Amino acid sequence: MANIGYQHIVCDPVECIGCRLCEYACSATKHGRFDGTLSRIRVVRIEPITMTAISCRLCEDAPCILACPVKALSRSEQNGIILVDEDLCDGCGWCVEACEFGAIVLNPESNNAEICDLCSDLPEGPACVRFCPRDALSVATPEVLRQQARRDVVARLLEELQ
Amino acid sequence: MYAYTGKILHVDMGSRTTSVQQVDADYLKKYIGGVGLATRLAWENVKPGCDPLGPDNALCFACSAFAGTTFPVGTKHGVASKSPLTGLIGDSLSGSHFSEELRRAGWDGLVFKGRAPEWVIVFIDDDEVTFIDASPYLGMGCVETQIAIREKLGDENVRVTSIGPAGENLVRYAMMDNDGRQIGRTGNGAVMGSKRIKAIAMRGSQPIRVADIDGVLQETHKLIERSKGPGTLKYRSLGTPANVLSMQKLGVLPTRNFSETVFEHAEKVSGEYMAEHYTVKKVGCSGCSIGCEQWALVKEGKYKGAIAGVDYEPLFALGPNCGIGEMPAIIRLVQACDDLGMDAMSGGVVVSWAMECYERGVLTKEDLDGIEPHFGNDEAALALLEKIAHRQGIGDLLAEGVKRASAKVGQGSEHFAMHSKGLELPGYDVRSLKTFAMGLAVGTRGACHNRSLAYELDVKGVVDRFTVDHERGRLAKEKEDFACILDCMVICKFLRNCFDAFEEDVARIYTLVTGIPMTAEEIAAVGERVCNLKKAFNIREGWKKADDWLPGRALEDPVPSGPAKGAVITAEELRMEIDDYYAARGWTPEGLIPKAKLIELGLDDVAEAIGVEPEAAPQPALSAEEAR
Repeated sequence: MANIGYQHIVCDPVECIGCRLCEYACSATKHGRFDGTLSRIRVVRIEPITMTAISCRLCEDAPCILACPVKALSRSEQNGIILVDEDLCDGCGWCVEACEFGAIVLNPESNNAEICDLCSDLPEGPACVRFCPRDALSVATPEVLRQQARRDVVARLLEELQ
Repeated sequence: MYAYTGKILHVDMGSRTTSVQQVDADYLKKYIGGVGLATRLAWENVKPGCDPLGPDNALCFACSAFAGTTFPVGTKHGVASKSPLTGLIGDSLSGSHFSEELRRAGWDGLVFKGRAPEWVIVFIDDDEVTFIDASPYLGMGCVETQIAIREKLGDENVRVTSIGPAGENLVRYAMMDNDGRQIGRTGNGAVMGSKRIKAIAMRGSQPIRVADIDGVLQETHKLIERSKGPGTLKYRSLGTPANVLSMQKLGVLPTRNFSETVFEHAEKVSGEYMAEHYTVKKVGCSGCSIGCEQWALVKEGKYKGAIAGVDYEPLFALGPNCGIGEMPAIIRLVQACDDLGMDAMSGGVVVSWAMECYERGVLTKEDLDGIEPHFGNDEAALALLEKIAHRQGIGDLLAEGVKRASAKVGQGSEHFAMHSKGLELPGYDVRSLKTFAMGLAVGTRGACHNRSLAYELDVKGVVDRFTVDHERGRLAKEKEDFACILDCMVICKFLRNCFDAFEEDVARIYTLVTGIPMTAEEIAAVGERVCNLKKAFNIREGWKKADDWLPGRALEDPVPSGPAKGAVITAEELRMEIDDYYAARGWTPEGLIPKAKLIELGLDDVAEAIGVEPEAAPQPALSAEEAR
């Protein structure tokens, strides 16, 4: 099978309105309560109008896996998500530091790293995507994003020609 | 009890002491949150008859019942105090992320009393309250202050509500800002300034637990999906600036200090034009599924770089109503009000009043510190706003609002001082919106479209907007009660068209969130209860029947041109509507509340304080058939 990269959650910063419903939906789904600080997707806003949501990007050669001193992190062969071995993870936080996107959160109660798993156990897919009111969030591979960007650029060209 | 914390934090600014008030489910169920709970806290904590800018006033905050959950657009917070602008209840709402943070810090509400000896920032970090020297931040604009405080505390998750120069200088219509959304009307920013609080920084670490998480997720997801539909289309596409052309078409777009109702440059300041040329981003509050905030940027010209979230009300007030027909100037003026920390609606109407005074020779160039604010002069408008915020020169008079300023200036300027109870009018000319006219006149916080909602009846053609009849009192009461339920829950009004059966839906979700049993009837009662509580607050502060009225221009000057040409609401028409409204509310013909009515609403202590005896009880209102 051709390697087209792993799917991850993508946020369109043009559509994102900064509402943080994705954070609420994530923490409610994973922990049964509303708590943005436990959310595996976080919204960032730089005043006044720059905003987007960030979660695990399933990097190739993921720095978090390399950084983990106790080998608690591994990649799922099935869909590429980063798996956290709850027994091994001791909450040291090296993965948090290694992640260039700030996409890993430490749960102070369980003392475990938490990383977006695309809600792979849910038939309806990722909760954040379902709850995003502006359809700013989607699940996509890097190749699909590249294809979309190319289509957009050509569509704009077409508009200008017409 | 879920979601609620059952705790109100009291902070005495004079002694820097705090205390915790426990509140139970029965209490919370009666007032819910937002405006309802904030008003109740104001009733309990504002010393009757106090100076609104003195230490005996209380600045009261309350969360939304749905704060920080997936309930869409359910995370505003309410603030109430005695208004320095009206001397009556000053209740206000704001979006942003503050409500959630307050709840996560462990509080359903906050009460600030007294006055700090020096300017401070109050930092509420869960249950720990610290006071930080605010002197480095004095004079800073609202958002600038928020960014600086987050930097100082080293945590961008801290949510800050702050005042600008206008609040520091006790401008009577100063506002509080949080993340670019405002506690805008009635001058709560001045109350905050009077307590020498430059900002309140908030950090909460507690999760919000609800009674039935699966039920909440299911119900709220349904609402979010629905809010992507036609019920919110206007707010999602052009936002509230869509009103410009709608109001122009009806001939109710206030122009040049409410003297005219159509604006020759309406197209150029319309929501459509703004969207095409200036809007660069749509933004939402926390939990918002709509994203109505239209951020507009000026890319060239003398106001290049100006950027602001532009809503219809500031747009009308600083645009057509000041005779200003250029979008870049309006964006700059809105930005100025937001940075300086003043209500852009009152600010705009104050400037338009000064412009008319200047054009009529009531105020001269000398009176105005050399400024020549003829209608349409945007540079003069900007100069006046700066002076107001700092109470410099003429700004000191204008910082008082049009009611006080016109009383001082006289020379007939009271006739065109467009306010009710001291609160400047919103952007709908009332002479051909006759139900709404009464709705504004009887409003407890003064002339407010959001509290009344009666404009919907006139604008949507539910009633004939050019005439009056005996039904209007009841209709306006029902709209006001409905608006009040939204303000207590708090649910943003832009979601109001997304429910199947409003009271049933809200009651069901409220129980799923809080675990407190609630029926549709009980939800309906909340609106009436809190409307009466607000009125009771006003009665305690010396409200008079004559306060429920409109300015001379609305009653005496017929609309000069346009689709509503010739329209005027006469004093007789307004009197009749107000009498019907009192009757519909079960109040006395003098507008007072019978004891029995208050007891029926579960407000026994309020009945004891201001209720009147049954002999003054009202005659039943005429039914529609009898009236005909």
